[in-house]
Amino acid sequence: MISSLIGAVELGLLYALLALGVYITYRILDFPDLTVDGSFTTGGGIAAVMISHGYNAWLSCIVAFAGGIAAGLCTGLLHTKGKINGLLSGILMMIALHSINLRIMGKPNIAIIDADTVLTSVNPWIVLGSMLIIVLLLMNWFFRTDVGLALRATGDNDRMIRSFGANTDTTKIIGVSLSNGLVALSGALIAQQSGFADITMGVGMIVVGLASVIIGEAVFGARNIIHATISVVLGAIVYRIVVALALRVEWLDASDMKVITAVIVIIALVFPTASRAMKQKKMAKKRTEEITGALSKEFKGGDLRA
Amino acid sequence: MISVLELSHVSKLFNPGTPDEKIALQHINLKLNPGDFVTIIGSNGAGKSTLMNIISGVMKPDAGAVRIDGQEISGLPEYRRSRWIGRVFQDPMAGTAPRMTIEENLAMAYRRGARRGLSVSINASRRSMFRESLERLGIGLENRLRAKVGLLSGGERQALSLLMATFTKPQILLLDEHTAALDPARAELITRLTDTIVREMQLTTLMVTHNMEQAIRLGNRLIMMDKGKIILDIDERTKKDLTIEKLLGEFERISGHKLSDDRVVLGG
Ligand SMILES: Nc1ncnc2c1ncn2[C@@H]1O[C@H](COP(=O)(O)OP(=O)(O)OP(=O)(O)O)[C@@H](O)[C@H]1O
Ligand SMILES: [Mg+2]
Repeated sequence: MISSLIGAVELGLLYALLALGVYITYRILDFPDLTVDGSFTTGGGIAAVMISHGYNAWLSCIVAFAGGIAAGLCTGLLHTKGKINGLLSGILMMIALHSINLRIMGKPNIAIIDADTVLTSVNPWIVLGSMLIIVLLLMNWFFRTDVGLALRATGDNDRMIRSFGANTDTTKIIGVSLSNGLVALSGALIAQQSGFADITMGVGMIVVGLASVIIGEAVFGARNIIHATISVVLGAIVYRIVVALALRVEWLDASDMKVITAVIVIIALVFPTASRAMKQKKMAKKRTEEITGALSKEFKGGDLRA
Repeated sequence: MISVLELSHVSKLFNPGTPDEKIALQHINLKLNPGDFVTIIGSNGAGKSTLMNIISGVMKPDAGAVRIDGQEISGLPEYRRSRWIGRVFQDPMAGTAPRMTIEENLAMAYRRGARRGLSVSINASRRSMFRESLERLGIGLENRLRAKVGLLSGGERQALSLLMATFTKPQILLLDEHTAALDPARAELITRLTDTIVREMQLTTLMVTHNMEQAIRLGNRLIMMDKGKIILDIDERTKKDLTIEKLLGEFERISGHKLSDDRVVLGG
């Protein structure tokens, strides 16, 4: 039990980078980017190929990050310059990446089980912890710079930031690229942790990322960027713990995880909208009563018999 | 003298070649001198917003030229023109980023037209500058620098939008019914702020309004639009003796119909 929880926390830290990537597109840019399913594999594939060819594992992480950026760049260009709907740009890129990933890997599955990885060199907790802290610090710095503010405003009110001279095409491309860079890095780490890369390893990753973001924000809050990014990391860990616990339920199989994840995301998406609608309805009812109540009073006040 | 803004023969057609074809602007000629504060009135669909959108680059004219300080800018996209043009929209939601803080919004406005790089936007000296500017609005926003803009009321947001639009002293300020969505008291506050800021900074301003009294009271020039044309351009001297009755009468005389504006307000 304890060991499976520890395993879940470790996996959570690895997937936290994926979740941070999804946070950038889904929350900051307000752009549901499906490239993730492809770019996660791109990252894992690049790392596995390089490591199995004897390259340094850290170098493979950097190249994987760059590969993710390239994938995001393509999606961003399709969406902004090609004026293709955001969802569709992501889907197109995801499909294209499937072939590209196979080209990179050369075969659908690469084992690196005995190789030296970034997680075997030093204590993996120190590696993961410091890596995440660095990423969090960099993100929090970046999103407070002039470019970072413009990028956030692009997702918040693009018309406004254009009227202040930011090229929102550029900010979107930067955001989607960075996001996929992080996703690919996460894929590279997962490949090293599990000892292999598989062409299907990215399937459903967008939903895993969304679940982490949504759980993190719901449980830990999101007052500002620093707060939100830390929440997302914690959300990724909580998600993995939920998964670990769910897998202990007898009648659930590992293969049921995708539907559980989807259900978590659906609940998290439906609940706030539904509760907002409920609140509005209540408010409208109250106000109507107040107003019509006031009207009938006025009517009495104007009664000429008085 | 070179005009700050010059439109020559600007025309705009919507949905060309379809049954919905609509001439929004026809052969608009307009010259603004430095410091001109022009109010624009006109019936619904007269093309006032289209004119604003063409000046700011949101839309491209189908014919004609737009020049700022003598330089042709028709080819420039909106984000590249914004270094000269400040805008406040009718919708109080439109001019600010709701999920960002007041100081972050101001920091973005402060970088209007400048290249955005990787330096951190807000530091102590900027923050105190933002605070000072907010103080001048006189509505207490200076104490809420880190509040999310989404929490502000419509009037507060519009005041902030106005400050942001004028922060870096744009060559041209475009106001498109920026008080129309507010209740009368708030609208009056924003109108007063507008007048003060425009005068103090001597901004060349185009202000669309549906408030006749305001159109007469503010500015040094009044333009009347109807069916995509400028039908009347009243200079400062004539404007001094203008009344709402005279203005409406003049509109009817020239256009041949009554001024129809669903939001028209006669008095202040
Ligand atoms: N994007 C668009 N597509 C098609 N027609 C448009 C578009 N924008 C404006 N129009 C039409 O062009 C004409 C001028 O519109 P515009 O919004 O400029 O009027 P306005 O003077 O601002 O009116 P209002 O007082 O109602 O704001 C209208 O007939 C309008 O229906
Ligand atoms: Mg309009």
